Amino acid sequence: MQRILVLLPILVVLILGGFFVWGLNPDRDPNAIPSALISKPVPAFDLAPIDGVDVPGLASGDLAGGEPVLVNVFASWCVPCRAEHKVLTRLATQEGFPLFGINYKDKPEDAKAWLEELGNPYLRIGSDESGRAGLDWGISGVPESFLVDATGTVVWRYVGPIATEQAQDDLRQALAAARERAGT
Amino acid sequence: MRGLLATLLIVLAGMAAAVEPDEILDDPLLEARAREISRDIRCVVCQNEPIDSSNAGVARDLRLLIRERLLAGDSDDAVRQYLVDRYGDYVLFKPPFKPATYALWLAPFGLLALGGVAAGMALRRRGGRGGAEALSAEDEARVAELVARYDGDANRKDI
Repeated sequence: MQRILVLLPILVVLILGGFFVWGLNPDRDPNAIPSALISKPVPAFDLAPIDGVDVPGLASGDLAGGEPVLVNVFASWCVPCRAEHKVLTRLATQEGFPLFGINYKDKPEDAKAWLEELGNPYLRIGSDESGRAGLDWGISGVPESFLVDATGTVVWRYVGPIATEQAQDDLRQALAAARERAGT
Repeated sequence: MRGLLATLLIVLAGMAAAVEPDEILDDPLLEARAREISRDIRCVVCQNEPIDSSNAGVARDLRLLIRERLLAGDSDDAVRQYLVDRYGDYVLFKPPFKPATYALWLAPFGLLALGGVAAGMALRRRGGRGGAEALSAEDEARVAELVARYDGDANRKDI
């Protein structure tokens, strides 16, 4: 009994230390919101194309096309989207994945002008003027991106612009994993 | 003075909620339920604010969504479930009691029980040491002598 009590302080230090190692880890983002969608099928939605933009709209059925796709929620009024746009364009060509867009709470003419100015890397864009589809995806803001695997299951989510090296590596990793699963 | 107070109260009441006039339902009962639900739903942008008092765009959308579900005839729990399906348990300020949250809900009671056991053990050990042995006759005699001497001293001081 006495011996166990002697070990008690060591145990307390170990537990506290473990908690600190976890809590002070610079890679941990305490503001990160867990996504309810990961490992679940994409939500049911059906969005019309943007007026005047010559790519088709986006619906749930388009997302189980036999290969992983990236769904990017963007808006012309969103400044980080501008920063992300170039990276996404490059990644889509380099990595060869289809890039789909959800135009969140945007006016069609603004979205059109934005795409004309920066180029349109999206194969499909759904216009979500009311923001309802955004709620179904559980987004908290724009930009936000979801990797959907070959079977239409959400496998990865990124909140904020995919601009840093870290974010791009994360995406590549998730993409490789999704492709591997689709291949087997 | 009274008018000023009334104005102040009205302004303060307005600050407490971010619900805008165009969101409010015609049916006061449904509106009351919507307010009740939205007080317990976390805004996903401002994180520690309920959507009831948040001015964020998404919070407004969620408030409208809650009212829409209520109008469609959903029960309060169905509306909450609808939001949890999209945003996870994270949107609820009060996490549900389920296997993943057992530690959260039961840990305080576990710690209390642990503390109780430790306290009980400590008390028992102290109690065992206290009731040691009775004084020997020799010690008794010495105590009596000391008490007598003390009493004598005290009496002398009184004089």
